[in-house]
Amino acid sequence: MDYSDLTSKLIDGNTRAAARLITTVENDIEAAEKIINSIYPYTGKAYIIGITGAPGTGKSTFISTLTKSYVDLGKKVGIICVDPTSPLTGGALLGDRIRMKQHFSLNNVFIRSMANRGQLGGLARATEDVIKILDVYGCDIIIIETVGVGQSEVDIFKSAQTVVVLVVPGLGDDIQAIKAGIMEITDIFVVNKMDLAGADKKVAEIMQMLEYKKNYKYESEAFSAKFAKIDQWTPEITKVNSKTGENFEELLKIINKHKNFLQESGVIDNYLKNRIKSETIEILKHKLTKKAEELINSDDKIEEFIEKAIKKSIDPYALAGEILKLFFEKRDN
Amino acid sequence: MPEDRKIKVLVCKPGLDGHDRGAKVLARALRDAGMEVIYTGIHQTPDDIVNTVVQEDPDAVMLSILSGAHNALCPVIMEKLEEQGIDDVLVAVGGIIPDEDKPFLEKKGLKGFYGPGTDLSTIVEFVKNNLKR
Repeated sequence: MDYSDLTSKLIDGNTRAAARLITTVENDIEAAEKIINSIYPYTGKAYIIGITGAPGTGKSTFISTLTKSYVDLGKKVGIICVDPTSPLTGGALLGDRIRMKQHFSLNNVFIRSMANRGQLGGLARATEDVIKILDVYGCDIIIIETVGVGQSEVDIFKSAQTVVVLVVPGLGDDIQAIKAGIMEITDIFVVNKMDLAGADKKVAEIMQMLEYKKNYKYESEAFSAKFAKIDQWTPEITKVNSKTGENFEELLKIINKHKNFLQESGVIDNYLKNRIKSETIEILKHKLTKKAEELINSDDKIEEFIEKAIKKSIDPYALAGEILKLFFEKRDN
Repeated sequence: MPEDRKIKVLVCKPGLDGHDRGAKVLARALRDAGMEVIYTGIHQTPDDIVNTVVQEDPDAVMLSILSGAHNALCPVIMEKLEEQGIDDVLVAVGGIIPDEDKPFLEKKGLKGFYGPGTDLSTIVEFVKNNLKR
């Protein structure tokens, strides 16, 4: 199919074209390849903010208020809300829009709900492609809401320039604050629902954790290269009330400060490099897995190896090695 | 049809009707049938709904109305969808729709008309069989 009509409409800022292209990249990875190929030169203008946090921390309401703050500044905002797909039925209930109702009628807000379709890491496979489409569509700010995360859904830090983690008073003790994962990829901590008792205690707990981190030197070079974004930036902490909009002015200032930091320190180059690397790896994974599946289901030789594996004369690691060999033989021919 | 294709459905409560148990049960049934379901919440204006349809690009829109305002709301929604050039989306209405109103709504392009007590699998099949793309 030819998508050039839709992509040129997208470049002109047509909302329906954006929506239809998003549907297409979600459903069909081969079409996504063509679409991204033709719009890629137009990307790179939007600032991407990732919002993550445990279920119930108020992500959707927070995003609603944050969006309003940006719209008031005359910005065009794109919102991508990712919700989980049921591993049993493949269905999903996408409910984040309900809490963003107050922005529905605004012309400069584009909200899109996505199911993660079994993808781990807190985002959907097509998220990167959808970001690009909204970028070309003309969004100044793209806000991504991840699925309610546990502690290892950290993919957002590869896609977003600024990662905001929401925490609320009374959810989890101080041990949660020193566990690995989410807490390490955060640029800005926001204690949401600041009107609740314990908000200041939560702020103190996070401060303590960050203080501890500062005194700890990371040894591994590979590790610090990957997390360079964080090593040179001490995460900021603030508290807000998403229902009333209290303290959002302060938050916007902090986001801006982080944005400036990325530019001035040159960390942005590192971010861009890592983002393209990880995105390419994801695409390669998808393509290679597909090829491997084709091979494993169609090659007689592999059938023989599988028989051997059943009889315990070869193990799955060795089997994978053989498949890899076949893989490259096929490629060379 | 590409391998990852999922049926995406928008479940809406137009107008001032606040009775959304039926809409929620329906949303769950469609989800359990493997569809991606967006529920808008109550008190949606026709503009809200059309705006959501434009952005989310669903395959089907399920309107749930129990207040008796269907003859007023549905035609407006259909008109506004047409204004946007949206003609490949199944639009169904259900809830309390008296028999004598059905021909009028049908003429406006609406389908379904399922009321309380309808077997959920009937509606799931209806959605699967009436998609326009």
